[in-house]
Amino acid sequence: MATAIEYFKLLPKTNCKDCGQPTCLAFAMLLANQKAELDDCPHISQEAKDALAESSAPPVRTVEIGSGERLLPMGGETVLFRHERRFVNPVAYALTLDDDWAPELREETLAKAESLAFDRVGMIFRLDALCLRCKSGDPDTFSAVAKELAERWDGPIILQSSEASLLITAGEAIASHKPLLHGVDAAGVEELAAFSKKGGCPMSVSSSDLRTLAELVEKARAAGAEDLVLDPVADGMKGILESNTALRRSALKRKFKTFGYPILNDVTALEDPLAAATLATVRYSSLVILDDLPVEQALPLFTLRQNIYTDPQVPIQVKQDLYPINDPDEDSPILFTTNFSLTYFTVRADIEKSRMPVWLQVVDTEGLSVLTAYSAGKFNPEHVAAAFEESGVLAKSSGPVVVPGLVARMSGKLEIEIDRKVIVGTNESTAIPRHLKRLAESRAQE
Amino acid sequence: MAGGDQGMPFLSLDEGFQGPRLLAGEVVDDASAFPEELLAVFDGATEDPARWAAAWKELGADLICLRLLSTDPETGGASPEDAVETVKAVYAASELPLIVYGCGNPERDAATLSAVAEAMAGCRLLLATVEEDHYKTVSAAAMAHGHAVLAFSNLDINLAKQMNILLSDFGVDRKDIVMDPLYAPLGMGLDYSYSVNERIRLAALSGDRMLQCPIISDASAAWDVGDATSDDPELGDILARGSNWEIVTGLSALLSGADMLIVRSPLAMASLKASIAALGEVQ
Repeated sequence: MATAIEYFKLLPKTNCKDCGQPTCLAFAMLLANQKAELDDCPHISQEAKDALAESSAPPVRTVEIGSGERLLPMGGETVLFRHERRFVNPVAYALTLDDDWAPELREETLAKAESLAFDRVGMIFRLDALCLRCKSGDPDTFSAVAKELAERWDGPIILQSSEASLLITAGEAIASHKPLLHGVDAAGVEELAAFSKKGGCPMSVSSSDLRTLAELVEKARAAGAEDLVLDPVADGMKGILESNTALRRSALKRKFKTFGYPILNDVTALEDPLAAATLATVRYSSLVILDDLPVEQALPLFTLRQNIYTDPQVPIQVKQDLYPINDPDEDSPILFTTNFSLTYFTVRADIEKSRMPVWLQVVDTEGLSVLTAYSAGKFNPEHVAAAFEESGVLAKSSGPVVVPGLVARMSGKLEIEIDRKVIVGTNESTAIPRHLKRLAESRAQE
Repeated sequence: MAGGDQGMPFLSLDEGFQGPRLLAGEVVDDASAFPEELLAVFDGATEDPARWAAAWKELGADLICLRLLSTDPETGGASPEDAVETVKAVYAASELPLIVYGCGNPERDAATLSAVAEAMAGCRLLLATVEEDHYKTVSAAAMAHGHAVLAFSNLDINLAKQMNILLSDFGVDRKDIVMDPLYAPLGMGLDYSYSVNERIRLAALSGDRMLQCPIISDASAAWDVGDATSDDPELGDILARGSNWEIVTGLSALLSGADMLIVRSPLAMASLKASIAALGEVQ
């Protein structure tokens, strides 16, 4: 990545403000932090642009497979640790199917792949890709099945065979879908690389020996292929951890361009695919190939991917909204909290645990937690009242409003704002179940 | 023994010594909040903490994590004397190193853990937890009777460090501290925790003495995640699902720097044990 000074040297240095920044230096600093685009400067010369494009290209190339809405970008990574800067392109998961299977069997895998989609707080978690393996050894069969698959499935496709000629025939058949051509043996790398360049299909290079892998990458590049994916053919968890780490460290720390490509891990032969996929997800993999992914493994794996690829600099927020928990009715208590996701998840889990019906109002505090938001003036009685107004919760329930114990100070003013009885709740979320039970008991007695 | 790493987790590339990764089987003296599907795996042993601990030993746990939930004054209110009996029974039945948690009520835990520390002098328990606002009683008891303490901090590398400084100033040897910087489970803030673990370990490796203590992460918290245990048959059966949430939570904790895990499900114990073995292999 270029530094602010490297950018600055190539800018016009006129401080014309056309980019929206007060000075060229300010603009250069934004560029270095990836907060601005080079094209925001209308005066930059093509020469300078080319020079910068070279030095500002991410140390791991972005390689795209698939097409349309389901285009899958892989790689483009810039850091080894997620706390430094957000990981860029989330790892993709692929399920395998073979070209010599009975059509019904392939149909089953397709249906399974399509069923693995979950809607979580407005995000869709889904299985990304399918990997079609050539087991027939017959180019016509492989191409025919690849075509069939491309018509039926709009996500990315990986074509796998050790023979370059098979990959080329099938790749040609579905070239417009931009499949990843995977699994070619060392002898076929050059032939496949020539096709990859001509046909615009990315390819992988595979070797369990990193020195050999580097040689194969150079061979493929010499033959014109640019969109490469590295397959370190790891035969166990240790292998995945060490190969992936060595590849990524070389690319980022030693600026070794040969390893500056996305990594794929085929975990189909491993004893515990969930554990292997977990490892690959947190350690630099861009594509994980699995034979099967039962639903009880898919959701935790997809959740892990979402967690690992969040932006560490932005507190995760949930939407300001009214969340009914445990089927509340027109008499259930109303609790409220901030929209910092950690706070929300904790409070929600504790209310769920209590099995008591509750209306939970989330108030937008720009992702700040209860005390921080209160101190920052983003969580005061007016905000809460406005959120109540927006959701209409006071019309939905005549129950008492419970104010978080940490901000008990706001209860008097809130009571006036909303004209409803306000009760002070607990300081700790863990005490909510007990508090709710007591509240229910005392209300029953009244 | 826990900790001692000289490189990032499991990486022989870093060429340093790699300490062991330890798995603690969780035992509680009141399992009423656990899903039936999970309890069934233990086949009745969960009715008695000592039998439960013995079952964990069979399953290959490296240590036992006992939570004395019954001491909670709001519910059972078991006395410190009762608690000592439970600890003794569990210790005798498993013959494994033991982590002892109270119920989470600071005053009660101070009384319970002090009594436990005295009765179990020399057994080198790991007493849990000591926190910023209340660490003196339990730390003093630990020092007096040869135990270690589990230092809890709330998801922040600076708070974790501050906790260790407080304890050191109070006289606790750093060799007697295990840090719990709160590993939020999968889907409930794991991203923060993963990075806190990584940052603590990186800082320790680059020489920050006040962060050079083993890290413990509580994988069992995965069972509190809604998606892990909700009654939704479309998400798969509860035992497999909850265990998988625990496996992914626990393995990510290990890979980010945890030296010890607390584990609830035997299925998760088996998977995590196998992963530790596979990752530890010398190639």
